[in-house]
Amino acid sequence: MLILECPYCGVKGEETEFAGGGEAHLKRFGPGSSDDEFHGYLFSKVNPKGVHFERWRHAHGCGKWFHAARDTITLEVYGTYPAQTTEPPKDIKDKISAKRPGWSWREFA
Amino acid sequence: MSDAVSALKGASFDGTVTVRDAGLQGMITLRGDQGSAKMTKAVKDATGAAKPGQREITSSGDSGAAWMSPDELLVMVPYDSATEALTKIDTALKGEHYLAVNVSDARAMFEISGAGVREVIAKLCPVDMSPGAFEPGSIRRTRMAQVAAAIWMTEAGTIRIVCFRSVAEYVYGLLCDAAEPGGEVGYFA
Repeated sequence: MLILECPYCGVKGEETEFAGGGEAHLKRFGPGSSDDEFHGYLFSKVNPKGVHFERWRHAHGCGKWFHAARDTITLEVYGTYPAQTTEPPKDIKDKISAKRPGWSWREFA
Repeated sequence: MSDAVSALKGASFDGTVTVRDAGLQGMITLRGDQGSAKMTKAVKDATGAAKPGQREITSSGDSGAAWMSPDELLVMVPYDSATEALTKIDTALKGEHYLAVNVSDARAMFEISGAGVREVIAKLCPVDMSPGAFEPGSIRRTRMAQVAAAIWMTEAGTIRIVCFRSVAEYVYGLLCDAAEPGGEVGYFA
């Protein structure tokens, strides 16, 4: 079970109060992009063992989308942060580095 | 005009706590910039209560306001004065980017009272209901079994629950079941 803290309302709730929304920090490729880029945007999702960044929605609470950095092995949640960002905040990256030195996830490390 | 009735027409149940349909309640969804002075005035004009801070609920007499999300408040007034309150909000927020809608008939409200109210809610919601963690003055939107609900304590031993009217019977059934005599856990005793 995951305990997530919604960065918008500050509520610490368990996973069933939220709804998972797949991988975070996707770069959208829409009209005008190549077939490969569009295919990658739609289907090429990572499924890492370890550090992972996901989108979650506080479905039964304030209804806002946010990002969560967590570990798929230990189920530890490194932190949650607002969705209005294109990169995980430094303090969360530092926290991950302390636990899992040398981690990387897509273009972030 | 037809006579408005609450979802379960005042049904009540006496178990480990008393569960009752709290009747008709005027409710207005108010979305907009919560940081603005006009919003503070709108809440004050409509309810007489202060604008609630994050996860707070404020009250003044039989009116009040609750924090629902960073851009949404729930304004509660007596059922018959909802239209009047809506006009006051519209006046106070004239020119602002906001949304105010009377949702009184889209919701149902329940009240449970008695010594075991914390336990009844703890059986149904993934919320820390221990004394100190949940107290009067704060509101929590959460999941009650399979549906969304908002809960707050009006005073020690009394909890109010707001849910969608379409699931009122389901929520009432949940509350009655959780309050069934013989089902006491005594965790918060």
